Amino acid sequence: MTTKNIMIVGVGGQGSLLASRVLGNLLLGEGFDVKVSEVHGMSQRGGSVVTYVRYGDKVYSPIVDEGQADFIISFEPLEAARWLSYLAPNGKIITNTQQVDPMPVITGAAQYPDDIVGKMRAAGADVDAFDALSVATQAGSGKAVNIALLGRASRYFEFSDGAWTNALESTVPPRFIEMNKKAFELGKNA
Amino acid sequence: MSKKQLMLGNDAVAQGLYDAGVCVASSYPGTPSTEVTETLAEFRDIYTEWAPNEKVAFEVAFGASLGGVRSFCAMKHVGLNVAADPLFTMSYTGVGAGLVVVVADDPGMHSSQNEQDSRHYAIASKVPMLEPSDSRECYEYAKAAFEISERFDTPVLLRLCTRVSHSQSLVETTGRGAVTPKMYARDLAKYVMMPGNAKRRHPIVENRTRALIEYAETSPLNSLELGECRELGIICSGTAYQYVREVLGEGASVLKLGLVNPLPEKLIRDFADAVDSLIVIEELDPVIENHVKTLGIECHGKDMFPLCDEFSQNLVARILDSAPHTGSMRTSTPTDIVAIDAPIPARPPVMCAGCPHRGMFYTLSKNKVRVFGDIGCYTLGAAAPLAAIDTTLCMGASVTTLHGYTHAQAFGDGDDVKTACVIGDSTFMHSGVTGLINTAYNGGASTVIILDNSITGMTGHQQNPTTGLDIHGDPAGKIDLEALCRAIGITRVRVVDPYNLAECEAAVTEETAADELSVIISRRPCALLKTVKAKPPLTVNAEKCVKCKACMKIGCPAISMTDDGAVIDDTLCVGCGVCAQLCKFGALEVQA
Ligand code: SF4
Ligand code: SF4
Repeated sequence: MTTKNIMIVGVGGQGSLLASRVLGNLLLGEGFDVKVSEVHGMSQRGGSVVTYVRYGDKVYSPIVDEGQADFIISFEPLEAARWLSYLAPNGKIITNTQQVDPMPVITGAAQYPDDIVGKMRAAGADVDAFDALSVATQAGSGKAVNIALLGRASRYFEFSDGAWTNALESTVPPRFIEMNKKAFELGKNA
Repeated sequence: MSKKQLMLGNDAVAQGLYDAGVCVASSYPGTPSTEVTETLAEFRDIYTEWAPNEKVAFEVAFGASLGGVRSFCAMKHVGLNVAADPLFTMSYTGVGAGLVVVVADDPGMHSSQNEQDSRHYAIASKVPMLEPSDSRECYEYAKAAFEISERFDTPVLLRLCTRVSHSQSLVETTGRGAVTPKMYARDLAKYVMMPGNAKRRHPIVENRTRALIEYAETSPLNSLELGECRELGIICSGTAYQYVREVLGEGASVLKLGLVNPLPEKLIRDFADAVDSLIVIEELDPVIENHVKTLGIECHGKDMFPLCDEFSQNLVARILDSAPHTGSMRTSTPTDIVAIDAPIPARPPVMCAGCPHRGMFYTLSKNKVRVFGDIGCYTLGAAAPLAAIDTTLCMGASVTTLHGYTHAQAFGDGDDVKTACVIGDSTFMHSGVTGLINTAYNGGASTVIILDNSITGMTGHQQNPTTGLDIHGDPAGKIDLEALCRAIGITRVRVVDPYNLAECEAAVTEETAADELSVIISRRPCALLKTVKAKPPLTVNAEKCVKCKACMKIGCPAISMTDDGAVIDDTLCVGCGVCAQLCKFGALEVQA
């Protein structure tokens, strides 16, 4: 099969690293060659962050480039819009609707665009938007936004529930596993 | 027993070093190299430590190598500038047991102040350098590096880059082999590098390079991969190899170089003979290209590819567009979904909510102090709205730049702007203290502010000599900053709490006015430390808020302004109380 590309985008500190590692373990379990490219260091401090996950028979480059992302899983609408040009022609965006203002917006130097989801759709993107924060909070912790998003995204993949559960269990620390499984379920059915 | 798993490049290096029998590791943290040493530290049957800087770390590893065990040290590219001194002469002395040094470059400057290409160091110091292109190679090359180090009696550089260090891919590991330490062998002619001895060692270095070139011709680290397409041959190494394969597929003819110094000669000639034309694809400087041209072989390289920034598959595809290839390039049909119909505000990294540096930067900015900065999280103090830093050069340069700047004021008109410098606790230990000694010795009157957040923050919370904990978080020696500054002969040393703006104000105005050298230690542990408990978030009393925006001047990401007044995000606010000290109307309330 040709290599599939996933991008996880968000704000530094939102938990995209864990999401990418769950995906990595899932895909490894399904027998694919996998590469995951992470961000460490400076931009983690509340900056725009992007993680790439690629899988297929044989994966070379660790990064996803413009026009290539089959999926963009986004923690924040503005970040989904920022990386829009990376979406493949038939790609899909799964985004949290929770807005996080960047510093230029907080200081009044820039404006947060209104109705970003509508604007992305108007630009031709296929967008599935939902409130992942409420789902995560309902599951027991706002920190589980990452797993709620993965739950929602799981609808669009052909992997079994068991495969997702295994990936969660091999990635998430045991004391958080029940809460995260719940966030995954709620996200999937939200 | 072998086991296949997804591993970060840095973790794979650590596992490779461990499986190769490494016993001693000493490093200074630096993105993107940090996790190699952190992961090694999880193996409790070997010795690992954080050193105050890269030069110290490298020399510790050298000592351990002489002492008979395989040793290691890791640093980022600019760290090798600091460790260059031992490197160049260690090339002459050679090693005892194997010695491997990771140097991690940062093309694209994800977390660095420059984009230097560390391959030049390998060439200049005449030591071998290996460059893996994914995690599997990270693991294999770490092991091979020790073999080469012992076989050729030389330290070996293992060059990583951000995309290799911080990408995960599949690795098969084999487990740690038996460790047999060597005996220390006294050899003055080899290890005492005074002129007479060094003169005899230099030809040995040159002979070693010749032997290494021989090795490079047939080493499995270099692979000549001839495909069905022979019109074009690509020479590359590291991540560039992955982009090339991504774009051109299996049919392309590629010479992949895993040993990037010294480079082979015959192998390159053979490859050049087998293809019609050659392109060298390498990030940053034309190191391989220059070598190929020196051999008298025609090739393309930097006439097509950029010197700046990291590459990607699209960049390679775009530039190779007219070249013959057999790969299936998904990139050739760009999408028309490009952008939303509105400008997208940037999202730069920011100082965290409750960051202890904020109060001090606010005070400096308010008093219009000219501030010489340093390397660390607190470089973010240069961003709006605080914009409190004028310069950032390299580790430790704040103290020294200020000293030089002050002396320039005696000439010409100068202005009356007060000056100070800021430096973190870890950076001060790294190389700030030598600058402070210089200022004290030469009678300077600087105001030096040590931003002591009791951790090495930017690289992700590593301990340092001022924290009293070692690499494992166990109790260790603790350098007392106040006592150290006094020992240098500085009498004006004071400690302030940066959460207390009045204290900061008094210290900054008094010390910048003083006619002698003074040190302000701005002390408060990083708000992200697990040991630091957040206080309840503040609340805004909407009736009292007059929307004066005074609280917005500190750039705390937890505060924003709406038409109804200030709002505090209670998921971000850690209750530091700094904003409340700015509100003249008592609208920001501390919860009981
Ligand atoms: S400083 Fe006080 S009164 Fe002024 S905007 Fe902030 S909360 Fe409102
Ligand atoms: S108390 Fe004020 S300055 Fe401190 S974290 Fe909360 S909102 Fe930010």
